[in-house]
Amino acid sequence: MAANPLVQGPGVPANLLLSRAHVLDPRADIDALYDVRVRGGEIAELAAPGTLDPATDEEAIDASGRTLLPAFFDPHVHLRTPGQEHKEDLETGTRAAAAGGFGGAIAMPNTEPVLDSAPLLRSLRDAAAREARIPVGFLPAITRGLAGEELTEMAELRQEGALGFTDDGRPVASAGMLRKALQYQRLCGGTIALHEEDSSLSKGGTMHEGAVSAALGLGGIPSVSESTMLARDAALAGYEDARVHFQHLSCVASVQVVAHAKAQGWKVSTEVTPHHLLLTEEDVRGMDTRMKMNPPLATEQDRKALVEGLREGTIDCVATDHAPHARDEKEVPFEQAPMGTTGLETAFAALYTGLVLPGVLELRLLVERMTAGAALFELPTPRIATGEPANLTLIDLDGEWVAGEHGWESRSENCCFAGRRLQGRVLLTVAAGAVVYRERAFSVVAA
Amino acid sequence: MNHLLSIEELDREEIERIVAQAERFAEVSDREIKKVPALRGRMVLNLFYEASTRTRSSFELAAKRLSADVVNFAASGSSVEKGESLKDTVLTLSAHKPDAIVLRTPWAGASELVSKWCGAAIVNAGDGKHEHPTQALLDVYTLKRSRLGGIDGASIWIVGDVAHSRVARSNIIAFQKLGAKVTVAGPPTLIPRGIEALGCEVRFTLDELSKADVVYALRMQHERMSESFLPSLREYASWYQINGRRLGPRQVLMHPGPVNRGVELSGEVVDSPQAVITAQVEAGVVVRMAVLYELLAGAREPQSDPDRPENVKQLA
Repeated sequence: MAANPLVQGPGVPANLLLSRAHVLDPRADIDALYDVRVRGGEIAELAAPGTLDPATDEEAIDASGRTLLPAFFDPHVHLRTPGQEHKEDLETGTRAAAAGGFGGAIAMPNTEPVLDSAPLLRSLRDAAAREARIPVGFLPAITRGLAGEELTEMAELRQEGALGFTDDGRPVASAGMLRKALQYQRLCGGTIALHEEDSSLSKGGTMHEGAVSAALGLGGIPSVSESTMLARDAALAGYEDARVHFQHLSCVASVQVVAHAKAQGWKVSTEVTPHHLLLTEEDVRGMDTRMKMNPPLATEQDRKALVEGLREGTIDCVATDHAPHARDEKEVPFEQAPMGTTGLETAFAALYTGLVLPGVLELRLLVERMTAGAALFELPTPRIATGEPANLTLIDLDGEWVAGEHGWESRSENCCFAGRRLQGRVLLTVAAGAVVYRERAFSVVAA
Repeated sequence: MNHLLSIEELDREEIERIVAQAERFAEVSDREIKKVPALRGRMVLNLFYEASTRTRSSFELAAKRLSADVVNFAASGSSVEKGESLKDTVLTLSAHKPDAIVLRTPWAGASELVSKWCGAAIVNAGDGKHEHPTQALLDVYTLKRSRLGGIDGASIWIVGDVAHSRVARSNIIAFQKLGAKVTVAGPPTLIPRGIEALGCEVRFTLDELSKADVVYALRMQHERMSESFLPSLREYASWYQINGRRLGPRQVLMHPGPVNRGVELSGEVVDSPQAVITAQVEAGVVVRMAVLYELLAGAREPQSDPDRPENVKQLA
């Protein structure tokens, strides 16, 4: 495997002094006020609040009243490069991630052409080394062209830096095909991430099957299209002792299947998106195409099960499934619109507003789940501790904003939370030791 | 009312007002000269993305009887086939300043979208499998003038392919708003899961059909066989066809047309005294006159009025 699985563009190692920050890192068990010194991109010192003075070459940031967290990690984003740069590119997508407090992300391979060969991965990583604001990694395809028929050269792809493999956007329809990929994993390693959907059940569907789809006359996607496929693949993973990651869980039955698989000791992990944690089929009633995603928004019962799964740990982490689409692609009738919502810039604020403030989840648990994705792909988890590389996000937990009111860092604006009043503003993001995002108004205050 | 996008958004009073207006226009249809000048100088644009003979010609007749100008725009053979988006087509056609656009598309919610993009009054003439509000209004009108005399308290069975039917959805809503008890019946593969949330009852056989005051049969489309919703038309007909054996003498039989004789209806019932299928077609014109009149007469400024300052400027 390549030495450095994540790549990012050139950044200047930061020298910062964040004074009187409320530092919260659930893994380091820190939840108190500190002065935090970052030197040369590393966390150099954690000291009692108000005790450190800035050196002449340090930027002094008054972080009093603000919360300093380990930067978030998103194991599921679509950066649309190569081939769909009108939706997003490496620069705009990682800029959106930085603005959302993310210090790392993993891009999916459903691009044009599909990321399914080592030369393509090499050129993409080269491009990321010039353009990416934050470190990004790539999951190439399991099967060539996402066609579900032939394996990609998984071993060579791993040598070239593949973090794992996925046919995201599509299921691996054939159990025999997936089994071969799981067997081949013994040679090359790499987490295999699975989009679970039985197309014979979901065919023709554009939203969750239920009362709302019946009322709107929209084709329904039944929850069992996800849960039955997930059960099949969990059993295959158990049988082959393979390491798999189930993407974007959306319903009660899937949470139950994952709980069962984990109870068997199978090496499975899973993720859930902010939109599945916060929205339901009721939000589709207006046929707003920003509410059209795959898997679709399901029922309130499903939503609650996902929140509970995340809380008690059946669901390992939060992933945005950031899926940008151009305005004219989404400004069409619901059935014609492509699936997907952007999510990087709103993930933390939406979950903080929707789950932490009402007392459903504790902030420290949310932070844990928003950083847990890295370890699932054998990457170091960002930590706030002396000697660690600086991966930090500074947040004003009282800061209110309306999602999208000042536009987006992403090239696309198809965010399901657009127009909602959210609480929790990202002020500053440090990724791999460099300042990658600074909220405009905040930089003035800080100076 | 600015648009007619769905039955869902109408209340009972609005439905009754349109039906009453249609009754006044029915009198016009019986005259030798069937035209009134109510919408003279107004332009109605028929924009149809799906094949339709009856609905389109019914809207065209309705507009002409109100003395409006009518332009027909069919998606086939037009810029749409060259890949133009719905929005671009609507914006382009809006340059002609239609006062109303009658829109049929295969996509749910398309009429509502279009209503946000242009100033014309939008009439939904069918949006995918979502709604077909003028069909429901003409069915209400027809029932009111049928032997039944009204809808309040009536038991209405809607039979057939409910899953793919916008007529079913609009009628379930309309009939219930007017006080009827609605039951949908059909093969389990063609009754959408969750439909009972609209307030109707669901049956998978016609065993209790005799309880119905009104039997509303839906069109069975042949492509449903190839999609495996049904094993065969023969089996469908033997379980769900409305025929002389199933239809009682006091029941009213309706169908949105076009009828597949020998499939959803037997030939004998199509021609039976219980059937009001031709009355439904007649009702189509007067109800659509009432809808256009409701939307365009009165408060709304004509988009194509040559005396409007911006239009004068363009002409100069």
